[in-house]
Amino acid sequence: MRRRVRVFAVGVVAVAAIGATAAVGVMNSNREPESKGTPASLRLLTEQQYLNTMMYVFGPNVRPTANFAAVPRVDGLLNSGTALAGITDTQLEIYQKTAGKVAAEIVREESRGYLVPCTPAATDAADPECARSFLAQVGPLLYRRPVPPERLEALVAGANQAADSLKDFYQGLSVAIEGLLLSPSVLLVAEHAEPDPDRPGEQRLDAYSLATRLSLFLWNAAPDAELLKAAGSGELHTRKGLEREVDRMLASPRLETGVRALFDDMFAFEQFATLAKDNLIYPIFSGETAVDAREQTLRTVVDHLVTRRQDYRDLFTSRQTFMSPSLAPIYQVPAPGPGWEPFEFPAGSPRAGLLTQISFLALHSHPGRSSATMRGKALREVFLCQVVPKPPPNVDFSAIQNPDPNIKTARERVNFHLQDPGCAGCHRITDPMGLTMEAFDGSGVFRHAENDAPIDTSGNLDGVEFTDAAGLGEALRDNAQLPWCMVRRAFAYGTGTPSDENDRRVLEYLADEFAEDGYVVPDLLREIALSRAFSKVHPRRERVVHPLPDLKSAQRPSQLTAAAEPVATAPQTLTSR
Amino acid sequence: MKAKKLSRRRMLRGMLGGAAVAVGLPLLDCFLNDNATALADGRPMPVRFGTWFWGLGATNNIFVPQSTGTSYDIPEQLAPVARVREHVNLITNLTAFRDGEPNLCHYSGWVIGRTGAAPKSGGQRPGETIDITIANQIGRTTRFRTLTAAATGDFRNTVSYETPNAPNPPEISPMDFYARLFGADFQDPNSPEFKPNPRLMARRSVLSGVMGEIKSLEKSVGAPDRERLDQYFSGLRHLEHQFDQQLTRPEPIAACHAPPKLTSESAMGGEADMVKVRHRMMTDLMVMAIACDQTRVFNMSYSNAQANTTRAGFDKPHHTTTHEEPIDGTLGYQPHCAWFAHRAIEEWAYFVEAFTKVREGAGTLLDNVLIYANTDHGDARIHSLDKLVAFTAGRGGGRVKTGLHVNAQATGVSRVGYTMLRTMGVDVPTWGSKSNMTSSPLSEILV
Repeated sequence: MRRRVRVFAVGVVAVAAIGATAAVGVMNSNREPESKGTPASLRLLTEQQYLNTMMYVFGPNVRPTANFAAVPRVDGLLNSGTALAGITDTQLEIYQKTAGKVAAEIVREESRGYLVPCTPAATDAADPECARSFLAQVGPLLYRRPVPPERLEALVAGANQAADSLKDFYQGLSVAIEGLLLSPSVLLVAEHAEPDPDRPGEQRLDAYSLATRLSLFLWNAAPDAELLKAAGSGELHTRKGLEREVDRMLASPRLETGVRALFDDMFAFEQFATLAKDNLIYPIFSGETAVDAREQTLRTVVDHLVTRRQDYRDLFTSRQTFMSPSLAPIYQVPAPGPGWEPFEFPAGSPRAGLLTQISFLALHSHPGRSSATMRGKALREVFLCQVVPKPPPNVDFSAIQNPDPNIKTARERVNFHLQDPGCAGCHRITDPMGLTMEAFDGSGVFRHAENDAPIDTSGNLDGVEFTDAAGLGEALRDNAQLPWCMVRRAFAYGTGTPSDENDRRVLEYLADEFAEDGYVVPDLLREIALSRAFSKVHPRRERVVHPLPDLKSAQRPSQLTAAAEPVATAPQTLTSR
Repeated sequence: MKAKKLSRRRMLRGMLGGAAVAVGLPLLDCFLNDNATALADGRPMPVRFGTWFWGLGATNNIFVPQSTGTSYDIPEQLAPVARVREHVNLITNLTAFRDGEPNLCHYSGWVIGRTGAAPKSGGQRPGETIDITIANQIGRTTRFRTLTAAATGDFRNTVSYETPNAPNPPEISPMDFYARLFGADFQDPNSPEFKPNPRLMARRSVLSGVMGEIKSLEKSVGAPDRERLDQYFSGLRHLEHQFDQQLTRPEPIAACHAPPKLTSESAMGGEADMVKVRHRMMTDLMVMAIACDQTRVFNMSYSNAQANTTRAGFDKPHHTTTHEEPIDGTLGYQPHCAWFAHRAIEEWAYFVEAFTKVREGAGTLLDNVLIYANTDHGDARIHSLDKLVAFTAGRGGGRVKTGLHVNAQATGVSRVGYTMLRTMGVDVPTWGSKSNMTSSPLSEILV
């Protein structure tokens, strides 16, 4: 799997200078610069992590519908928002309802036979041994660490008591399962730090916290029994044991699920949940189109990055993808037979790379029209990790308040912004490449003209000029920010820490490795997972903030403490369009 | 007294042992709500508080009446309100003071309206919003402390915050909302049968173990995370409370009639007709949830701030229209924008009217409800924070006069919120901060 053989020296004091990264042939662990590590965080398990875990622990039939509350997007990732998101009464209601569905499915007559490892002495009475054997088996997989014996016994007692009062062993067991699934040890990811015996004065994640961080990163699910075993035996804290487990995880079919989750988050695809197009303006864009557009891009990503181990940057120029019947009319290509089929756009087609896929074009448009500004902003924020400033709060709209209704194209329309220096600053950041994508309407259909006026698709990205969307894809592919952003997001995603809190030197080191490895994403994930920065922990700084408003209900503290990190950004965008 | 020994728990345990049959229970105190129910015949009805939200304000020059008081004129865009005018107050010419903070478009306005303070940045989320302050005062006995719904179709649109990082997620699907309110866990207070689910008692008992786990986890985390664990803990208490409620035979409520089951999902887009359908379905469900005393505090959003409602066949969503549509020289306003605002006002009238259709006591449900409706901007085209309009509806159990148009004379929008707090029994000398701080309720509407 690896193209280069590396020798790792355990316990060698790492060279802290960036200059070391320039040295060729230096052993890997020597090259990683010293860093402060990342904070041990308390994150909410996401809905998808919960569902994946249920599926892996209890089998594919256990797929409850769940509607976990939205979390804020922090520094480009929802995953980072899970470290901040609060928990409301409503959320607990949702957890409880979901737990009820899972428990009911497990003890259903059809499934209990293979999900419960024993048969009770009598189905209408408690059987402590059988309840214990089931709970002892699934408990650690859900807690992601051993269940404290007294907790396990309390759950067994709960199952017994419920079985007695309900006169049904399985109903009693299901009550205990509900209790198990409501545990903060299941629904929250509380990372624990411990002193690092190899490096006095430093802290590291304890083995189970490291196992969880790894498996959420690579599989988007809780660790399996084997990983927990490696944590329990201490092997995960050895270089050899860690490498073995990381390589096993990277070779697992679950990696695909993990990579999908990473890109679904990075590409802000949760917005598909609310994507709808105007039926009159875009009659062929249906709900199914939206579902398939998301799936097409994720299939392309997995195939390109994981299956074929191609250069990440080529995602933005590649013509290889997959086609479904509901997407074909928008791409104006013959519909494939039922289901998905591999598809390659011919050379000379306006479609090349992710920027020309429906997922990008339709997601960053209005319901009834395209938006050069939204697309340009998304390109910079999603793929280049840049932040496009919000419109000036006291923007003077007088310059554009009565625009000429005879304007035909987006280029003319956004030109109004350039008349006002207050608007021009940001629109110059987003529009020169956004206008190139005007070759596609708000649903993603290719077009030459808008309102009968020909569309000028020329543009530039950071000084690189092009004439069409394929040229934009090339320019993005060669933009130095592109792989850097991938590294930044992947590291933040893996560690649950917002990118801007991370040590720049570590990210630079990882970016160098990424380049050396030919921009192969599974290799990047491996580098991150094996880095010391991934498992090293630093204490989180705290500062006092005064939230709005001054009046608080008597039950609440008058002020609360928050970590010294950026406050969650608005769940709803506040950008003027 | 004997009744002290016969605890609710013990009584129910006894019942659970038997088959679930219609149990003719004596009306012992232990079967009443924690507050010994105010809903029993002949006693005063509980007073409830709600909010309604719409984005991008109104088209003021065809919305704001010339005259004030009771017999105000009804301009074109206010027309839908004419049919509920005796139940509402229109308050115009309100100001949200920025106090030197930036004008955060589509944000500062509604946040000041619901918290009394100007946010410093878009990243600064509201702290506790007014509905939560009131819910913590009056909402602790019902099955839900608050209910929040949004007709926008977007699960991220909420105007209710417990803390900056804990927004209350809105219900967006009528079918899901139905299931939550009137699904299997609903206890019809008028049902002749009372069959407590024996499973609930068992469920309830496993919760205490979970609470113990939180306590031990709290020792190992920092202060901000401890606060989140406290939220988790309160959430578990809330579940416990819900189980207790379900194990308790409810008092009959004459006004409560559970609606028929919703079986099909509604279209989820932002197109105005779809929004209208969802708004009306969820309004009807919300109204009945209140009539059935499932909650005493509620929030409904018609559109989000910076509304992205669309009009079929028209390329610009509402917000985009505010900035890109020319002002019609003859009309003196933006006609498409006015169309969108009109649709919002129409839905406000529907919302108010829905409360009048439920008889409660000698009058209607609305008599015992107080609703506060607000928006984000005075003139959305230029993101102004003055000339804001707001509504109240309902008499709040006889504490509020209705049928008035009040010109607030450019005073703070926080005065409306302060009036709501005082009326709902939150006894604070002032509300808001800096220029938005007020101790001056809208005396015109107080009885």
